[in-house]
Amino acid sequence: MHNLIIQFWPSVIDGTTTGAIYALMALGYTLVYGVLRLINFAHSEVFMVGTFASLFTLHALGITHAPGGIAAIGVFILITLAAMAASGLVAVGVERVAYRPLRKRNSTSLANLISAIGMSFFLQEVFALRYGRDLIPFPRVLQKNVLFHIGTGVVRSDKLLVVVGALVMMFILDRFVNGTRLGRGIRAVAQDPSTAMLMGVNIDRVITLTFLLGGIMAGAAAMLYGTFYEVTQYNIGFVIGIKGFTAAVLGGIGNIRGALIGGFALGLIETFGGAIFHAQWVDVVAFSVLVLVLLVRPTGILGENLQRARA
Amino acid sequence: MLLEVKDLRVYYGKIEALRGISLQVDAGEIVCLIGANGAGKTTTLKTISGLRKVSHGSVTFKGGDITSMPGHQRVTLGLCQSPEGRGIFPGMTVMENLEMGAYSRKKKESEIIAADFERVFGLFPRLSERRKQVAGTMSGGEQQMIAIGRALMAAPDLLLLDEPSMGLAPKLVTQIFEIIREINSQGTTVLLVEQNATQALSVSNRAYVLETGEITRSAPASELLNDDFIRVAYLGE
Ligand SMILES: Nc1ncnc2c1ncn2[C@@H]1O[C@H](COP(=O)(O)OP(=O)(O)OP(=O)(O)O)[C@@H](O)[C@H]1O
Ligand SMILES: [Mg+2]
Repeated sequence: MHNLIIQFWPSVIDGTTTGAIYALMALGYTLVYGVLRLINFAHSEVFMVGTFASLFTLHALGITHAPGGIAAIGVFILITLAAMAASGLVAVGVERVAYRPLRKRNSTSLANLISAIGMSFFLQEVFALRYGRDLIPFPRVLQKNVLFHIGTGVVRSDKLLVVVGALVMMFILDRFVNGTRLGRGIRAVAQDPSTAMLMGVNIDRVITLTFLLGGIMAGAAAMLYGTFYEVTQYNIGFVIGIKGFTAAVLGGIGNIRGALIGGFALGLIETFGGAIFHAQWVDVVAFSVLVLVLLVRPTGILGENLQRARA
Repeated sequence: MLLEVKDLRVYYGKIEALRGISLQVDAGEIVCLIGANGAGKTTTLKTISGLRKVSHGSVTFKGGDITSMPGHQRVTLGLCQSPEGRGIFPGMTVMENLEMGAYSRKKKESEIIAADFERVFGLFPRLSERRKQVAGTMSGGEQQMIAIGRALMAAPDLLLLDEPSMGLAPKLVTQIFEIIREINSQGTTVLLVEQNATQALSVSNRAYVLETGEITRSAPASELLNDDFIRVAYLGE
């Protein structure tokens, strides 16, 4: 108990930081589920490719230690764009190769699942064969300065970057989906695909756009992850992917705001779980949450709402 | 001729839902398709809109063959449908639903689109009062207004209506038919599918009778209204 009191503010800060990354990942699962009613299990590799893209950009720029001032901002913009572009393209590619051919043949969801797993292995192995199976370190991009304290908790620059960066991306996505014509097209397909087509919506294009958006969010998550944890690996997406999926389910799969709530909730739950039991129990706590939610409330905290009242 | 359907055959698996139907709609008309449950009325409209694959036959719109054109492109050509059971987007507001109707129209048309919003609000003042309400929380009659208004927002030359009076109170049914007549008098051609055959026939110029996937009668609407067989079979007299 005493431990928990000391650990309270540090856990809030760490839980929010990891939660922000989970939330960005959860958006990809939820967006795709919203329009296609399928879980894109290859989304973890979409993330993995993003981490490599920002790492290679750092190598190409010759970064070995944290740059300062204007240069730092330029570097961040470049690695962010690289990660988003790579993840976005891979996500769109996955849809083209693994899902679209099946969709045109009205295949079962089991076929989609198997196709997704195949795609995951393929991408992992390509990176494993090319870059090995060991952890690959990132050069430091951001000085990890202590900015300020909240209670006993220390707010460091990299943690603040992760949370603020993620919030900005979520805000942009929310505005896009709820405030633009294309975003309306996505919601229309999620709510009623046939009627969306009757209104002139090109469903295939909306699906491509949805994968692209989910990929871009995963790319942002990948850049933030690389900056924060400073490592990557061919299978780095596996655990993050399951956490993102758990967060999406926890918030209510198909529900964009639910993904945000689910992400932060999961980050906090597992960090506090680690503080109460032991740090090694973090993943056990997270996956217990997944099992519990699926058993007790499969529609999550907010329920499906991208399509609202679809039943 | 605005729309011509020739010898159309459509299957659901092995079931032949349309067994070679042919029909035509001329510009300016209201044409009505009547028939019992399961006759294939909805299938006909869905096929014209591009939601069902055609096994045989053709659909021609404004002189061009659209048989294998993707459904979303047909909207740009000037063909829009208000589907059976309304099919509104329940999670969107009234305004967003109407904007979905104008989805494929160009930005530079924005002035004409604004005028079309006014036209829809003129036809359905109730929608104007409820612009911000989430459509899923509206009554059945209001949802039907959204569905018709939304299709009008595509500024179609041919409006397809699948049972617009379904589930509405008698007074509202009469009102919906008056609105259909008004839409037509404003220059939109209408192909109407209805169970409410008496009222549908009384607003229509011509009608087709569909029986288990085949057209069995084609005549001026007034002729069918006075036809003894039709009166017994479809008008419930
Ligand atoms: N998705 C489907 N799968 C299999 N059969 C279908 C499907 N949709 C329609 N049918 C069948 O096709 C035939 C025509 O159906 P359709 O919906 O076109 O009839 P309808 O004239 O619109 O009837 P209603 O007046 O009840 O709306 C029916 O026998 C129906 O059972
Ligand atoms: Mg029908």
